[in-house]
Amino acid sequence: MALLTVQNLSAGYEGKPVASGISFSVSSGDYLTIVGENGSGKTTLMKTVLGLLPPVSGKVELGDGLRKNRIGYVPQQTAGQKGFPASVLEVVLSGCLGKSGLFYSKKEKDLATKQMRRMEILPLQNRAYRELSGGQQKRALLARALCAADSMLLLDEPAAGLDPVVTQEMYEVIQSLNREGVAIVMISHDIQAALIYSKTILHLAEKPLYYGDVFGYKREYFLEGEQHA
Amino acid sequence: MLETLLHYLSFPFVRYALIVGVLIALCSSLLGVVLVLKRLSYIGDSLSHIAFGAMAAATALNLSDNLLLVLPVTIVVSILILYSGGRTKIQGDAALAMLSVGSLAVGYMLFNLFPPKGGNVSGDVCTTLFGSTSILTLTKEEVWLSVILSAAVVILFVIFYHRIFSLTFDEDFARATGMRTGLYQLGMAAVVATVISLAMNLVGSLLISALLVFPALSSMRVFHSFKKVVICSAIFGVSAALLGLLVSILVGTPVGATIVAADMAGFFLFGLIGLFKKGRTA
Ligand SMILES: Nc1ncnc2c1ncn2[C@@H]1O[C@H](COP(=O)(O)OP(=O)(O)O)[C@@H](O)[C@H]1O
Ligand SMILES: [Mg+2]
Repeated sequence: MALLTVQNLSAGYEGKPVASGISFSVSSGDYLTIVGENGSGKTTLMKTVLGLLPPVSGKVELGDGLRKNRIGYVPQQTAGQKGFPASVLEVVLSGCLGKSGLFYSKKEKDLATKQMRRMEILPLQNRAYRELSGGQQKRALLARALCAADSMLLLDEPAAGLDPVVTQEMYEVIQSLNREGVAIVMISHDIQAALIYSKTILHLAEKPLYYGDVFGYKREYFLEGEQHA
Repeated sequence: MLETLLHYLSFPFVRYALIVGVLIALCSSLLGVVLVLKRLSYIGDSLSHIAFGAMAAATALNLSDNLLLVLPVTIVVSILILYSGGRTKIQGDAALAMLSVGSLAVGYMLFNLFPPKGGNVSGDVCTTLFGSTSILTLTKEEVWLSVILSAAVVILFVIFYHRIFSLTFDEDFARATGMRTGLYQLGMAAVVATVISLAMNLVGSLLISALLVFPALSSMRVFHSFKKVVICSAIFGVSAALLGLLVSILVGTPVGATIVAADMAGFFLFGLIGLFKKGRTA
C-alpha cells in the first residue's frame, strides 16, 4: 500500500496551474527526489501535497493510516526564522503539537529527546536556534519533523545554503533515516546527489519530464556520463 | 515621597489607574512578542489610528461608553486587514497607510464638527492621541471591563501558548501538523484589536505601538528562548507601565509619554546588557 498517491495533479495558485499532469506514488521505504529548475513548481507541488494549497485539479491521497497531521515536513528556511528567539528544544517540541493536548506531556518530551538524540543534537537542546550553524538548524528541523511523523518526511531543499561537507553529512543523515524505514520525498536541484542517494526521480517542468527509477533517469539524461543540462 | 505616594494611593481613581494600566501593559507586551516576530507591528500602529477615528465617532455620537463603538469597529477592521493581507500582497501596506491616516483625519474632523459637550476640542484630541488624563478618569464599569478583557487575553495566551509559538515560528509547518491556523489568526486579530482599544485609555492612540514593541524588542536582545522572551517581555511591560504611572502621578508629567519614556530607558538598558552578554560569550 502506498503512503502517498498523487494522481494527475495540477498544482498552482488561485486556480492557475504552475505544474500539471503530475502522478506519482510513495510507499514505505521509498526515496523520491523531485528535481527541476528554479520556478518549475517543486515547492508548490510539495505544499499542495501537504494540504497547504488546494489542488488546482487532480487528487492527493494519503494511505496506510497516514493522517494529514502526520506528515513530517522540513520547509525551506523562512526569512522570519533568522533572528527568532527559540531554544532548540522549543523548536523540536513544536513537532509534537499534532499529537498533544494544550500542553506537552512526558510522552511528547520523551519523543522530542529521542528524535534529538537520533539527529545528534541532544547536547544542543538548550542552545538558541538562531545561533546554530546552518547544518545544526536543519537537524533541529529534521528532529521536529520526525516528532510529527516518522513514516514519511517531505523535505524542501534540505541542502540549500550548506557548505559541501555539511551538505554531504545532511544527505547521509537522510539516507540513514531512509534505511531505518522512513519514506523520503525530497526537493533538490543537486542532480548528482539525487542520482547517488535516491531510488526514484521526478523531474518537474511545466509537465513532468521524467518519473521512474534512478537507472532509467541516468540512461535518459546522462548518456555515458555526458551531461545534457 | 513615599508619604505623597501613599496619599495618592488612597484615592480610588489612582488605584484604578494603576490596576488597569498594569493589565493593559501586560496584555500588550505578550501580544507584542508575536506581532514583532511575525513582523506585523505596523498593523498595531494602523489599528491604533483606526481606533482614534472610532473614538472620535463615539464622542460625536455621545455614547455612554466609547468602548461600545471603538471595540467592535477595531475588531472588524483588524479582521479585514488580516484577510486582505493574504490576498493583495503588492500594495497592502500602502492601502493600510491610507486607511490609518484617513481615519486620523476623519477623527480630527469629527472632533471639530461635533465638539463634546462642555469639553474643548484640542483637549479632547490631545487626550485621545496621547492619553493625557483618560486613565485617571475611568469609571468603575470601565475598570471592570478592562480587568475582564485583560484577564481573558492573558488566559487565552497561556492556554494556547504552544500553538502560538508554532504559528509564530513556522506557519506552514503548523498547518502541516494539522493546526487550524486560520482560526488562530482570526482569534489573534480580535485579541490585538481588543487590547488596542483598551490601551487607548492608557497611552492614547499615537503611543500604543510603544507598549507592543518595546518590551518584545528589549527582551529579544537579552534572551534566546521563546519562553524567556515572553516572560521577560511581560515583566518589562508591567514594570515600565508601573514606573511611568507612578512618576507621572508624583511629578505630574503626562501618563502616556512617561510610560513610553520608561519603555525607552528600558530598551537602552537591555541593549547594553545584550551587548555585554554577547561580548562575554564571543
Ligand atoms: N504565493 C504565490 N502566489 C503566486 N505564484 C507563486 C507563489 N509562490 C510561487 N509562485 C510562482 O510559482 C512558480 C513556482 O514556484 P516554486 O514552486 O516556488 O518553484 P520551485 O520550488 O520549483 O523553485 C514560480 O513561477 C513562482 O513565481
Ligand atoms: Mg522551491
